[in-house]
Amino acid sequence: MTFKQWFHRLGSPPHVYAFAERLTPWFAWSAALLIAYGAFAGLVLAPPDYQQGEDYRIIYVHAPTAWMSLMVYSTMAVAAAIGLIWRMKIAHAAAASCAPIGASFTLVALVTGSLWGQRMWGTYWEWDPRLTSELILFFLYLGYMGLRSAMDDMQRADRASAVLAVVGIVNVPIIHYSVTWWNSLHQAPSVMQLARPTMPASMLVPLLIMLLGFTLLFAALLLVRLRAEILTRERSASWIREAVSP
Amino acid sequence: MSERRLEAVDLHLWRGDRHVLRGLEFSLGGSECLQVTGSNGSGKTSLLRTLCGLMWPEQGRVLWGGSDIRRDMPAFHTDLAYIGHEPPLKADLTPRENLLYWAGIRRRLTGDEANDALSRVGAAAWGDRPVRTLSAGQKRRVALAGLMLLAAPLWLLDEPTTNLDAEGQQLVSSLIREQLARGGLVVAAVHHELTLAGSALRRLELAGG
Amino acid sequence: MGDAVISTAVNVRPPLSSPLEAARLMLARDIRLALRKRGQIIQPLVFFAIVTTLFPLGISPELSRLRDVAPGVLWVAALLSSLLALEFLFRDDAHDGTLEQHVLSGQSLAWLMFAKTAAHWLLTGLPLAVMAPLAGLSLGVPAASLGGIVFSVALGSIALSLIGAIGAALTLTVKRSGALLSLLTLPLSMPVLIFGARATELAIKGAPYGPPLYLLGALAVLGVTLAPLAAAAAVRISLE
Repeated sequence: MTFKQWFHRLGSPPHVYAFAERLTPWFAWSAALLIAYGAFAGLVLAPPDYQQGEDYRIIYVHAPTAWMSLMVYSTMAVAAAIGLIWRMKIAHAAAASCAPIGASFTLVALVTGSLWGQRMWGTYWEWDPRLTSELILFFLYLGYMGLRSAMDDMQRADRASAVLAVVGIVNVPIIHYSVTWWNSLHQAPSVMQLARPTMPASMLVPLLIMLLGFTLLFAALLLVRLRAEILTRERSASWIREAVSP
Repeated sequence: MSERRLEAVDLHLWRGDRHVLRGLEFSLGGSECLQVTGSNGSGKTSLLRTLCGLMWPEQGRVLWGGSDIRRDMPAFHTDLAYIGHEPPLKADLTPRENLLYWAGIRRRLTGDEANDALSRVGAAAWGDRPVRTLSAGQKRRVALAGLMLLAAPLWLLDEPTTNLDAEGQQLVSSLIREQLARGGLVVAAVHHELTLAGSALRRLELAGG
Repeated sequence: MGDAVISTAVNVRPPLSSPLEAARLMLARDIRLALRKRGQIIQPLVFFAIVTTLFPLGISPELSRLRDVAPGVLWVAALLSSLLALEFLFRDDAHDGTLEQHVLSGQSLAWLMFAKTAAHWLLTGLPLAVMAPLAGLSLGVPAASLGGIVFSVALGSIALSLIGAIGAALTLTVKRSGALLSLLTLPLSMPVLIFGARATELAIKGAPYGPPLYLLGALAVLGVTLAPLAAAAAVRISLE
């Protein structure tokens, strides 16, 4: 298959639908396995931290979800940009599918971060730069989803939210920088030391496994949502009947 | 002078789930007028807006002077004058102020030229009252004055005779005739036949969407 | 007879307006329109005054306490007030069809959007920068800091106008878009709030407030370069 054919297939909803249907189980099962093993390794096998004892183990959920929340937003912005520039509807469908997944990851990151903070500092919330940036990212997701739902015309919703996603991704580093700057001015409580170069392998490996597992989970969820999006968008097309009949 | 020609090639347009334009094609040359008719909702406005480049067709192309309008939209737009359903006027400005602005952002314009245009459409008497105070027909006349001032070879008009009395409709016809005499092109979406005796009038009927 | 034919031929067309001329016309028009509908400019300022009054009522009449929260109060009020003012940036033009004439004018839409936002800033941001020191005085800030307050609000409101223009353009077709516009614009405006409030805080303390002011300037420059492009894209999308 030439590149041109492959590219055309990528933009064709029936092909993507079938492709997604075949791939989902692969991603889902490998995600399940990796997360199960990573959780076991992190919660049971890894040694307790000398500072935080057992409390640090929430990092095995918090760190991957925080990382994913940003990764999903970037994916969403890239897909939206592709849809905007090359007018590919499937790219817009992909961006729309990313948003609720990313928002959920962000919410989990916030909740686990809050719980972790409660153990570390005794309060359920502190305005540390990580949590604050994560909260603002959550608002960005909500804004994206809000703009989409406010528009009846699907095409306009796609394109307007695509502009918003691109503007958002440009702003994310700015927001992160300004929040870090703000936090450093006022002697705020200790920042969560997530990036520890001296993390021993027995702690680090489960973390990486969880990260990979969550990435695959995102892929699986994305494909499931994408199929649902395609069904909604193409509901009047003729190929749908064949595709969904048992 | 490059030949002025407006072409639609295999235009397909969807509005939501409705397939509004299905493989529409036409070719319009200088000194020709295309009259687009069709019932409400048949896609007249959508067609005009697609020809303007405000909407992009899912399939097909619009060509001006042989090249796709998407290649150089700003240049295409300087050759184009579009008036939609509502005359594009600010209610709080006077007709003169509106014209000086509307045409002025496109081309160099003197106050005298604006005055001449207003006189031509019979608006000289009320050229200095806020547009808010004018009737629908008067606003439409001011819009026609703007059309002249834009000095564009291609006119895209959406129901240009709305709200105009018999004299106003004559005005529209004579303006179109003059435009065609200059070698310009006119595409007009109308409900009633245009009276252009002896001019090259092409017809396009849009079926319901 | 030959002359008449040539002059009416479609070949001979009047010279096009330069971008500068178009921007000048846009600025003049928007200012003229705003002056004829003065309520649109005055209401956000009144809103700003009322909001800054809410805080003393909600916190304490003691100026010493208010002085501590003054930077935050001033900037939150400024942010909310500029959100209100965004309502009239595009709404009227979208309703009466003049906005699409801008798209069809042949001028760069991003440039026209920049000119429009500049006019909007002159009509809303600048007056806000003039009112802010007055509100500051009511919150107990020292007179020496008023200059710093004016500069920081003037500079910050440039970025706020530009960011807000994007949100306003995106929500053009949404009815009753106030809450959605806030949801879109406020997170993007948070860096402006952070730097602006810091500059104001330093000015109140009598310390040099250059660094945050430079950062505000950087945001303004970034906004000037990129925001009109996004706003133009959003306007086109809303008109499709």
